[in-house]
Amino acid sequence: MWQKLVRLYHRLGSPKWFYEITSGWIFWLTLVSVIGCVAGLVMGLLFAPADYQQGDSFRIIYIHVPAAIVAQSAFMMMAVSGAVYLVWKMKMAAWVARAVAPLGASFCLIALFTGAIWGKPTWGTWWVWDARLTSMLLLLFLYFGVMALQRAIESEEASHKAGAILSLVGVVNIPIIKYSVEWWNTLHQPATLKLTEKPSMAPEMLWPLLIMIVTTYVFFALMVILRTRNEILWHERKRGWVQELPEMLGGKR
Amino acid sequence: MSLVAATIKRDLLLAARNPGEWLNPLMFFLMVVALFPLAVDPDPKFLARIAGGVIWVAALLATLLSLDALYKSDVEDGTLEQWLASGESLYLLALAKALVHWLCSGLPLTLMAPVLGVMMALPQDAYWAMILSLLVGTPVLSLLGSVGAALTAGVRSGGLLLSLLILPMYVPVLIFAASAVYHAGIGMDYNGQIGFLGAMLALAACLTPFAAAAALKLNLSR
Repeated sequence: MWQKLVRLYHRLGSPKWFYEITSGWIFWLTLVSVIGCVAGLVMGLLFAPADYQQGDSFRIIYIHVPAAIVAQSAFMMMAVSGAVYLVWKMKMAAWVARAVAPLGASFCLIALFTGAIWGKPTWGTWWVWDARLTSMLLLLFLYFGVMALQRAIESEEASHKAGAILSLVGVVNIPIIKYSVEWWNTLHQPATLKLTEKPSMAPEMLWPLLIMIVTTYVFFALMVILRTRNEILWHERKRGWVQELPEMLGGKR
Repeated sequence: MSLVAATIKRDLLLAARNPGEWLNPLMFFLMVVALFPLAVDPDPKFLARIAGGVIWVAALLATLLSLDALYKSDVEDGTLEQWLASGESLYLLALAKALVHWLCSGLPLTLMAPVLGVMMALPQDAYWAMILSLLVGTPVLSLLGSVGAALTAGVRSGGLLLSLLILPMYVPVLIFAASAVYHAGIGMDYNGQIGFLGAMLALAACLTPFAAAAALKLNLSR
């Protein structure tokens, strides 16, 4: 088992291997995202019962919560790839980190935007300085920082490393920011799902949410793979195997 | 170790010979605080409520202003290469640089803050809380900022970028410090907040020099 993992890890370092193996995954990941999205949204928007307090407005949870969860995971992923790059100098890890940053920021924006839409009927205002909103906003700022830094440094290697260092510093800071902000002010309803507790939701409401969370992860994985493939093509554009790609697809050079 | 001591001595000497470097942020601190009563409301009761927050935001901005120059000249004139070639621990050097930065920015800010407290009608009880929170909080600002300064030392127009990177990380310090001053002002305990600031200082003093040292090395490959 361990041997297999080590071999997988070594293979992951090869852009060519990654490009070829993921070619076959794109179709399936797309299929799962589409089916999951349709199933989850139909179940959530049409069949789940209305909330006894919030009525139908709670249904935005099926976008809001998955986006927020993925936005936070994406930062972890960016930091872990950054650490892998710093320690083992694996180029692929740097490209993945660069691919993840704008995606995480987008999910962050989606979570904030849907949160604002949800806040209007529930709290009567688009924005409140509530702890979880604020920590999401700060997460978005951290993403902006990483992206701005990566863009500002011209040397490729230095820009990857600087982004990695900043995302690691950010990862240490995220829990501190989260708890300090929570301590400061909270109005948000407590988290709907906690790993350690029994969910506080009815199962008919819960299932679509779980489906949407898994689907959003799959969609995120698909996007990361597509963006990483772009990075690979760009960086390896002078290599033989990339130059042969159009011919394999039947094109002419 | 002698290199670290020599660096501290040199930087302090540079600051003494070129006082504008550390005086300008102080004047900026004074002016920013003076803007709030002019723009919002000069009523002492209102000012007393926001005093802690305003002084802290101004201190934070003043710190950011002076951070930009922290490593810039060392990267440009080749001092950084000499450090790396000397084999001296970069961790200690980064820690020393942050210390010097605090001596030239955080400490004067702390000393000047009572004057601003008078301007902002800070309640009597809150003075100690403000001085303590600045004394414990501003070193965290210098330490965290030194990472950003090391990351952006070789970047053109790095100052603005530095603020973008570092401001979100300053939020916890700001929250606890401002809340300590506010709670002291309404006669409540503020030990907890100062304790949290102290914990952040311990964590930052241990970890940020690693990140700053790693970031400094990047400036060679540019």
